[in-house]
Amino acid sequence: MIDTITLEVARYRPEQETEPTFERFEVPFNKDWVVLDALNYIKDRLDGSLSYRWSCRMGVCGSCGMMVNGEPKLTCATFLSKYVPGPIRVEPLRYFPVVRDLAVEMTDFMDKLKSVKPWIIRQEERPLSEGEYLQTPVQLDNYKQFSMCINCMICYAACPVYGLDHHFIGPAALALAQRYNMDSRDQGTDERLDLLSQHEGIWGCTFVGECTKACPKNVDPAGAIQQYKLKAATEWFKSFLMPWGRK
Amino acid sequence: MDISSHDVLLVGGGGAGLRAAIAVSETNPKLKVAVVSKVYPMRSHTVSAEGGAAAVIKSNDSLDEHAYDTVSGGDWMSDQDAVEAFVKEAPEEMLRLEHWGCPWSREPDGHIAVRPFGGMKKERTWFAADKTGFHMLHTLFQTSLKYNAITRYDEFFVTKLLVDGGRVQGVVAIELMSGKIHAILAKAVILCTGGCGRVFPFTTNANIKNGDGMALAYRAGVPLKDMEFVQYHPTGLPFTGILITEAARSEGGYLLNKDGYRYLQDYNLGTPQPKPVLRSMELGPRDRLSQAFVKEMEKGRTIDTPYGPVVHLDIRHLGEKIINTKLPFVRELCLKYQNIDPIKEMIPVRPVVHYMMGGVHTDLNAATALTGLYAAGEVACVSINGANRLGSNSLTELLVFGARAGKAAAAFASETAEPGSHVVAQAMDEQRRLERQFLSKTDGRESIATIREEMQATIEKGAGIYRTGDLLAQAAQNLRRLQERFQNVAITDHSYTFNTELTAVLELAFMLDVAETIVQSALQRSESRGAHQRTDFPKRDDEKYLAHSLIYRNEDGSSRLEYLPVTITRWPPAERVYGK
Repeated sequence: MIDTITLEVARYRPEQETEPTFERFEVPFNKDWVVLDALNYIKDRLDGSLSYRWSCRMGVCGSCGMMVNGEPKLTCATFLSKYVPGPIRVEPLRYFPVVRDLAVEMTDFMDKLKSVKPWIIRQEERPLSEGEYLQTPVQLDNYKQFSMCINCMICYAACPVYGLDHHFIGPAALALAQRYNMDSRDQGTDERLDLLSQHEGIWGCTFVGECTKACPKNVDPAGAIQQYKLKAATEWFKSFLMPWGRK
Repeated sequence: MDISSHDVLLVGGGGAGLRAAIAVSETNPKLKVAVVSKVYPMRSHTVSAEGGAAAVIKSNDSLDEHAYDTVSGGDWMSDQDAVEAFVKEAPEEMLRLEHWGCPWSREPDGHIAVRPFGGMKKERTWFAADKTGFHMLHTLFQTSLKYNAITRYDEFFVTKLLVDGGRVQGVVAIELMSGKIHAILAKAVILCTGGCGRVFPFTTNANIKNGDGMALAYRAGVPLKDMEFVQYHPTGLPFTGILITEAARSEGGYLLNKDGYRYLQDYNLGTPQPKPVLRSMELGPRDRLSQAFVKEMEKGRTIDTPYGPVVHLDIRHLGEKIINTKLPFVRELCLKYQNIDPIKEMIPVRPVVHYMMGGVHTDLNAATALTGLYAAGEVACVSINGANRLGSNSLTELLVFGARAGKAAAAFASETAEPGSHVVAQAMDEQRRLERQFLSKTDGRESIATIREEMQATIEKGAGIYRTGDLLAQAAQNLRRLQERFQNVAITDHSYTFNTELTAVLELAFMLDVAETIVQSALQRSESRGAHQRTDFPKRDDEKYLAHSLIYRNEDGSSRLEYLPVTITRWPPAERVYGK
């Protein structure tokens, strides 16, 4: 058993330096510690200026995604013991602009999320007095897995297409669009399709599938995008056969 | 300094904040709404709630029964007019969330499914598997995106309420990305910042739960209510404090001591049955279960681990299918963080600080004592939770009172003048204070982490599950000393971009204030009730203490307490009976 392990942590303080550098920290090795615990040890005991986001420490708030030895990971769910004897290289999520140290700028995702209209769209709202929309467990299962997305951005950091073209709307936002399309209460599929069938919407995806592999919550964004492409292609084809057929 | 102005401003973008923001927009679509949150809204701690949200929906149930369970669960400290309003509005609020797309678990025929929960005599807890808070938060957040009147200030850290002429008129906030100080003005402000579990060393609460809103209100002269009532949830994983939901017990899990014995039968909680019995044994209320754990520990019947004594939560007999469909997150958390599979192994658990029954004193419409200031959710104390909250009432509470706060604030803002210019000068003062005390400070010697850890150890020792006057007095003294040492805190990071040392030090200042209010309120309450157990005053004392404590801050930083009688409507104080 080792006593300590070394972390190589990416540092970038835009007020002091023009380029990111790496700083080495030696932290105690504890088999129960995750990478985030080691970062907190550094912040509390070694260097209070290290900056990163974290909150729930139970893999559900989505704050603490970072690159760990080159792979996008939730650092609260990634154990040090996996990387013995070290060193462990911790960097900000790939393909995003870095704000500082390990924190990335994520407004791009926030805008994209809103653009897919991730809410229930109805021609007519059902009055509350009429009670719930019935939805069988099977209907729930149709979209449930897409609703498990925690918006942690790990799929974007895993997506080579997003890496090349930031206009690509990306895996999580597409999975969430599909989450509503597949919901039996929703009637907004066509509205969302118009937006997503643009070039940057879904067609950018070359079906690499890295997003699905990287997702810490077992969401299948690649599957969502495939479903979407099929639907969009069918609609596109139909629009030639019967241009009045849609809407 | 950047100055902006809105009609209604929310501090906090979790469940209560988002529900309130939508309520404002639906009440009056012309009102400009600002949601100011120190994290992106979907990171808010509502996300971690697991088990479910209570609301009467089945024909075998009634509002009166939900009210009675809540009142008796709260050891008669709940205001019964608030409870009656709460249970009445709960079903509609829950349905509204269903219409907005929340993926509630369902019966085979498509109707909403409900599960039993601790202290509840009927099955009335709606759930989305065991990620209920996560799904509620994301549903609310995604739905909020369609309201164009809502402007978000994501990752803005509020440091002060701006008060002038006897009413609140906005906040000062640091934009984390740039370090810029903003004066964000508004006619009405709603605090929705959640709880303060991080005051304690061992908690289910996320890192962001530092009592921000409680401290902001307290510093503005608004009283905090019932701060002595802190809920320990009986089943947290050792070391991490990760919550194992009460749903594990409501589905049929057993709590076992080191001899494999269902020890709750020794604590007036009923006799063990193979299947779960409502309001009995493992489905007793959280305060009683956490207290039983301490007694077992004193008898030497718990199991020692490197991270403290534990008992076992056994769900193996539920079988793989139930665990995978009803408790998948429990399994995921156990596999990931405890390296055990609950299908085959017992889960080690111990009590863990979970929830604040107390908070900013409000009336039934979420209004505080300060004109224009409202509060809803865990930051507030209405009070429906009394001396002990029942599991699954808090998620519903943030909907019901979030909506009430939004409507009340919208009505107030619709007929109130624009904020005055005086408050901008106040905001400038606050900017100078932040510069002087923190950003340009170079001579401090005390470490943030050390003061924080000493505060946590102090409050755990003085204001834990069982308390005494002596230990509380000692804790009060220690906290005073820590407040003094805090004046000498060391800041090493003087940069403006995403300075998380600055936010850590501001959060520590909030927590120190909140910790003092907890200890002072507990010191003054010479009785035992619900989650407040004084071994030197082991009995409930309705003669003297059927009253809420209200703690006010004095100019010099010390505090004073007043008491406000509990509102009793239809359920006169009686003995709490479980297992019968």
